[in-house]
Amino acid sequence: MSVLAILEQRAGAWNRASFETLAAAQQIAKELGTTASAAVLGQNIGALANELAATDLAVVYALEHDLLKDYTPDAYTAALKELLDRLKPSIVLFPHTYQVRDFLPKLATRLGRVAVSDVVSHRVESGQLVLVRQLFQGKVNVDVGLAGDAPHLASLQAGAYRGDRVAAGAAAVEVVAPSIQPGDVRTRPLEPFRESQRAVDLGAAELIVSVGRGIKEAGNIPLVEKLAHALGAELAASRPICDAGWLPMERQVGSSGQTVAPKMYMAIGISGAIQHLVGMKGARIVVAINKDANAPIFEVADYGIVGDLFQVVPALIEAIQNAK
Amino acid sequence: MARPTFLMNIIVAIKQVPARDSQLHIAGSGQWIEESDLAYEINEPDAYALEAGLQLKEKHGGEVIALCAGPDRAGQTIREALAKGADRAIHIEEDIGALDPLAQARLLAAAVKIETPDLVLTGLQSDDLGYGQTGVIIAELLGLPHATIIMEVEAREGAIRVKRELEDGWFQHIEMPLPALLAVQSGISKLRYATLMGIKKAKSKEVRRVSASSLGIAPAAPSIVLQRLYLPERTKRTQLFEGDAKKAAAQLVEKLKFEARVI
Repeated sequence: MSVLAILEQRAGAWNRASFETLAAAQQIAKELGTTASAAVLGQNIGALANELAATDLAVVYALEHDLLKDYTPDAYTAALKELLDRLKPSIVLFPHTYQVRDFLPKLATRLGRVAVSDVVSHRVESGQLVLVRQLFQGKVNVDVGLAGDAPHLASLQAGAYRGDRVAAGAAAVEVVAPSIQPGDVRTRPLEPFRESQRAVDLGAAELIVSVGRGIKEAGNIPLVEKLAHALGAELAASRPICDAGWLPMERQVGSSGQTVAPKMYMAIGISGAIQHLVGMKGARIVVAINKDANAPIFEVADYGIVGDLFQVVPALIEAIQNAK
Repeated sequence: MARPTFLMNIIVAIKQVPARDSQLHIAGSGQWIEESDLAYEINEPDAYALEAGLQLKEKHGGEVIALCAGPDRAGQTIREALAKGADRAIHIEEDIGALDPLAQARLLAAAVKIETPDLVLTGLQSDDLGYGQTGVIIAELLGLPHATIIMEVEAREGAIRVKRELEDGWFQHIEMPLPALLAVQSGISKLRYATLMGIKKAKSKEVRRVSASSLGIAPAAPSIVLQRLYLPERTKRTQLFEGDAKKAAAQLVEKLKFEARVI
């Protein structure tokens, strides 16, 4: 039995979720009474592998290949399939990044396995690993048991484990040369780029009023705008509002938008899907206004009003004006 | 404007899921939710995949086939896709509920294989199980190249160029040959509504009904098991104000001003 963490880098820089996965692998290995190892893929990744050599791992595998310089699902799947066939680990952990989402299901299918994606926690019960994930946009949790043969594959949600808990130690580095052929790679990735500079910096805002799909239609946005104005807060939104074009993308908070840490975050008609929560959980005070008392947003809220936002928001605006 | 000289035959896999504002209750077995009193709707990410497919067809010509696995009630979601402009549909009549993503993808892949489309589109993830794996597994099962989290699709003859979203505001273009599979990001474009004419036309469009056995798919032992569903525990102590909106708002503002001191 052994645990293997597959870590992520781009152009020689770690994706910081890698350290969360590394810490989780060390912790789970300890609880299962076995050792953890780690693998990283790329080209000229010696420095990254050496960094891992100073952590508490059995072996660090550095998969070096010209075809691993830029990520493609074909090359990553081929390289990792070869590694897993050789090492036969019991548990293989990945950070649940955009890149992992792109290739992990493919790798699992090629191995005849099913990956448990987006895991939020785990426990060990009589020597068996049980993984916890969320269903229905965070409304329900489920304990997932692993059946069938190893390897069992899982990806870990960002923030589920603490990256600053990686245990120091010493590990041997093994450089691996996967046998990938140019003909294996069918997609051609071009240079990554950023869109034009954002005009709104929500990251610097002290107070944020954020609106979600509870607002129902574009014509109702000014109501929340008025509340933001009364508070002197920046206006933000959850993804569906920006997807629908009701507010510009640059006002989006969440895993695909901005990450914010204001003094107060007031969520209006936002149910609190995990993709949204990861973008705002750094807020000091969270206020939620939602008609559904079971909405996940109330799990992270300090204050909440359960009620119809179309009645609550006008009342709030009035109360704020009176309090000034 | 001259129309390009190639056609795009597209399959869009859509799923029917419980409506977003559903009050969920855990079933007595503890292994799924109580389904009897739920309303259902199209999985929103799949609505964006359908929209992307319809726009490609309108640009290039060809056809859009809506593919949906689910029990009888999924027929409603299929009719809506036809009303929005899909040309025909395939309904895999199986209760897929808590099936693992590989088992679901096997059903869909078997149906796709018969049609040999140029492009297969799926949403990025489902709002019920949320594995975010179905599209990529279909691609692997059928030997197709794929890309996920797609914000734009540009088709040329026999190839596509897509814009993929990376993390932290980064993007990347990717080129690949057709046939291929794309998992589409929500928000790729504005969703259309079905027109009255569309709803009328949908009634005469073909819906082919198939089953797992007619597709040659035998049930396989699951390799991940949903042992127990439960409602998450609150990690924070929330001070909740309920009842009259005016009173609740006044109480909240007082707390924010004098206790939290944020306003």
